[in-house]
Amino acid sequence: MRERGFTPSRILIYLVVSLFAAAYLAPLVVVVLNSLRTNEEIAQGSMIGWPQHLAWSNYAKAWSGFCVAETCAGIRPYMLNSALITIPATVISTLLGAVAGYAVSLWRFRGDNWIYGIVTLGLFLPQQMRLLPWTIVLRDIGLINTLTGLVLIHTIQGLSFTVLFCRNYYVAIPHELIRAARIDGAGFFRIFWCIILPLSAPILIVTVIWQFTHIWNEFLYGVTFTTGQQQPVTAALIALSAAIADIPQHGVQSAAVIIAALPTLLIYLFGGRYFVRGLTAGAVK
Amino acid sequence: MTGAAATVARPAISGLVRRLPEILMIWVPLLLSAAHLISFSIWTIWISFTPSTLVPVTGWVGLRNYTSVLSSRNWQIAFDNLLLFGSAFVLLSLITGLMLAILLDQRIRGENVLRSIFLYPLAVSFVVTGTVWSWLLNPGIGIEKLVHDLGWSSFHFDWLVNRDMAIWTIVIAAVWQSSGFAMALFLAGLRSVDGDIIKAAQIDGAGPVRTYWRVILPTLWPITVTVVVIQLQFAISAFDLVRALTNGGPGIATQLPALVVYDLMFQRGQLGRGAAAAVLMLLILLAVLLPYAAWRYVQRQRVTHA
Repeated sequence: MRERGFTPSRILIYLVVSLFAAAYLAPLVVVVLNSLRTNEEIAQGSMIGWPQHLAWSNYAKAWSGFCVAETCAGIRPYMLNSALITIPATVISTLLGAVAGYAVSLWRFRGDNWIYGIVTLGLFLPQQMRLLPWTIVLRDIGLINTLTGLVLIHTIQGLSFTVLFCRNYYVAIPHELIRAARIDGAGFFRIFWCIILPLSAPILIVTVIWQFTHIWNEFLYGVTFTTGQQQPVTAALIALSAAIADIPQHGVQSAAVIIAALPTLLIYLFGGRYFVRGLTAGAVK
Repeated sequence: MTGAAATVARPAISGLVRRLPEILMIWVPLLLSAAHLISFSIWTIWISFTPSTLVPVTGWVGLRNYTSVLSSRNWQIAFDNLLLFGSAFVLLSLITGLMLAILLDQRIRGENVLRSIFLYPLAVSFVVTGTVWSWLLNPGIGIEKLVHDLGWSSFHFDWLVNRDMAIWTIVIAAVWQSSGFAMALFLAGLRSVDGDIIKAAQIDGAGPVRTYWRVILPTLWPITVTVVVIQLQFAISAFDLVRALTNGGPGIATQLPALVVYDLMFQRGQLGRGAAAAVLMLLILLAVLLPYAAWRYVQRQRVTHA
């Protein structure tokens, strides 16, 4: 394992790794190229090909032009919906998770282990077990088919992850620190604000990235609890491909797919380290 | 000491009022989360024993919803597909992930870039993955068409529309999306192997292949179990990917449990049966998770006693 030069075995390693890298990148490359080809060009050949001339108009059409079920506003309103669901739900669930994680790990109170144990069961309970109750609850409180309803769902369900992430991070903070602050007369929120929060940047970034990616990419609740103009972008993509199945517009559809995937891809690009940390943190649960 | 005495002396009520904000901040979210998990589970289980169709109703039909789901062709196909999809997907993504991790562990150049390439599919939604693969695998516009255009006109790759092979398209897309996860965990495992053990093996004259097979890989099996369980958990509740890629078709050839649940609840208006199918999904999941939890418990006991 020490050798560094280009021996035959190392060339073989590079060859295999490059082949795999090409296979992983291929779908992305194909969609990016298609998003720049005209629908006619794709119809003549296949989905896989080089653009003859760059059809940037696909993006304009995907963003604000094409029609899904009688409304022709492109993907823009659904992107806005997704943002209005994802951003509040991410912020609220992260904040509440941080406070609760701090309380469970450092403040300790009666029943803390019990409640923490139950909350983390949420990592495992399938969404299908909650679909009907959520439908009934949302209908009763008048939030069915609203963005607020989805914010509520994602906040409550996200807590299982945010509490787990923050709790596991905070247990490593020495208890003496808290005890000393309490002796000095600092209360629950003051200790959180002045001692815990300044130490929390790494775990808050991991949590925010995790929550944002998952809520943005979520589909089942979006498609079950909202219809038409209230849908998040994942549900709209499915509706789009169903709506134009008769006359496929693969160029425009590819552009729409790229736009819908862009927020989480950008976050991955700039915060990849934290993204991976979230993945592995969730795995050690 | 004096501080503690003063707190006790103060009336309990005023202390409670003073601490009300923090009590609310801690308990409201935790209680909401815990209460919804427990009550929603019980609620769904209860509905599965009622004759509910379009709306939930009270009543008791015993196991009738369960027997009718279990005897339906839809569920039987979904269950068979889950067994095939689950095992093929988990096995292939384990092998791919382990291989990539071992290759990346050879001090190669550009490791960071390569790792990012293998992991980026995890940042993309299953809807996007499914949509893109449905184009690539569509014989009319995807890979088959490309190869035909290149001149090999007898080439056949029509799994997406082939009843017997369509489930494999879901395996392909799922492995593409999440083998990077297995790779990340395995790579972390490989990096934490004690360097002295490897050196000792090399001094004993073991070549790289033998060192991996005999010394390094055996240390990875706890990670392997974790990866298998997490991937199985995904496989059991897979919905978005199938919805975008095949929508259960052709016919009902790629039906999976999560699709059966959705179909019964929201398309056929069979809430009781839909709830029963959801509970069956939970039972399948428990069949994976409970042994895993027991294993984790034993592992922990061993660590604390060692």
